[in-house]
Amino acid sequence: MNTSVTIAGVTWKNPVTVASGTFGSGAEYSELLDLNQLGAVTTKGVASVPWQGNPTPRIAETASGMLNAVGLQNPGIDLFIKRDIPFLNQYDTKKIVNICGRSEADYVEVVERLREEPVDMLEINVSCPNVKEGGIAFGQDPKALYAITKAVKAAAKQPVIMKLSPNVTDITEMAKAAEDAGADAISLINTLTGMKIDVHKRAFVLANRTGGLSGPAIKPVAVRMVYQAAHAVRIPVIGMGGIVTGEDAIEFIMAGAAAVSIGTATFRDPMASIKVVQEIEAYMERYGIEDINELRGCV
Amino acid sequence: MSTTRIRATVIHQEPIGTGIYSMQVSAPEIARAAKAGQFVNLYSQDASRMLPRPISLCEIDRDAGTLRLVYRKAGKGTEEFSKLRAENPIDMMGPLGNGFTLRPGKAILIGGGIGIPPMLQLAKELSEQSADEVQLILGYRDEVFLDEDCSRYGTVYYASEDGAHGVRGTVLDALREYKITGDTVYACGPTPMLRAIQTYALEQGLEAQLSLEERMACGVGACLACVCESRETDGHTNVKNKRICKDGPVFDAREVEL
Repeated sequence: MNTSVTIAGVTWKNPVTVASGTFGSGAEYSELLDLNQLGAVTTKGVASVPWQGNPTPRIAETASGMLNAVGLQNPGIDLFIKRDIPFLNQYDTKKIVNICGRSEADYVEVVERLREEPVDMLEINVSCPNVKEGGIAFGQDPKALYAITKAVKAAAKQPVIMKLSPNVTDITEMAKAAEDAGADAISLINTLTGMKIDVHKRAFVLANRTGGLSGPAIKPVAVRMVYQAAHAVRIPVIGMGGIVTGEDAIEFIMAGAAAVSIGTATFRDPMASIKVVQEIEAYMERYGIEDINELRGCV
Repeated sequence: MSTTRIRATVIHQEPIGTGIYSMQVSAPEIARAAKAGQFVNLYSQDASRMLPRPISLCEIDRDAGTLRLVYRKAGKGTEEFSKLRAENPIDMMGPLGNGFTLRPGKAILIGGGIGIPPMLQLAKELSEQSADEVQLILGYRDEVFLDEDCSRYGTVYYASEDGAHGVRGTVLDALREYKITGDTVYACGPTPMLRAIQTYALEQGLEAQLSLEERMACGVGACLACVCESRETDGHTNVKNKRICKDGPVFDAREVEL
């Protein structure tokens, strides 16, 4: 049985990674699960300098999901290179570094710093709904997305994955803009902008007022957008949004995803990503699938 | 000390106040590794609830492999837990967080409301291991709970909003009224209470260990949901934020901004 997939020339042992921001840089979870069993680890967004993030409360539970407005708190690229990359290098898994920035120069600076580092892929976050500048501002306008992709590609040594926002009118327009600018892959969906109000306190639950909705509640939206994007571009798509089980992952793969990310499910069960790997294998066994790639886009 | 996620078994559960439940569970792997001030994550059986509920450890019996959890029914998640009976399974992960550091000398333990439960295990450990004297100041809105349990390990003083129990007012009003002195303050409770204790401890030059609370997701320091502001740049986060679930929940009063 073959579960390996090749995305922009990088071969993962299986099509499962963890969604940026839900897994830190893997150190905290390494005590609970074997990182070697993941196709790739995608690290929390890192910027050129440390970011403080938003005030608390930063999260709220919602029906079959959660809102977060962490605001991309991160230690900055210097400490990340010194501490987190060597940590991940102990493991036999692909390393995808997620990058955030407030300006084009910010993104390019981090991309350049990573040129000589042992990382396999870069994921560019142009879709965070929780920061005022940068983030989603680059991901809601096809022209801005094209420009940032072009700039990042010109500076990058590793393959570039552009992480897209679902908070757009037409996802195919964004997917095409990324492809046209030279992106090696796209990943989607980031969170959907949401809000929760405490009716007893007559107040917003999140300090940031709005936050990004994730979890099983958004899965049908994510599957639809992955399907649309995968049929609009030739570059590989990494699908995510509410995946909890192996069958959820198979749904994304059938919609056209080459690989999948597990995010919020890890909060409910730290082993969720590993279980998804095992359940994908069980599905393949059940239906006599020799190669996971046979299932991609089969619907 | 290692963190594990296990399926524990409920031994016994009973209400000990209005909306306050005491649940005893068999969780040998967690009990063996746990200490006062740490917490566990409890997981709902309802898959639509994605986030764990962090609950402090009220009592730890390492030999019997059991934990006592005392919590307030605050929403649908804790309502589900409150209905569990003997033999029912409950998924949990722990022990989580750093816990209190036991100091010698005279101890002042201050618990406010649902911040009282961790003080019981702490009083037990202090009285058995390090402290010369254990004094507890327990603050209630009205109804009291866990005060008799606490009195097994130290002298209990009361503060209540309605004045029905001890001093009418705050835990600090009680501290002043009863002229309670000591070497180390250990506190858990609502943020305004902790802020007042922090100010008092800094003024008096007392060491104070404060157990903080914030909405959490992962519980292991990965998601950065539950941070508090720190005085100095934190070595891990590289900003003036500390992770309550991982670096805390117990912090020295001198290191955090409340």
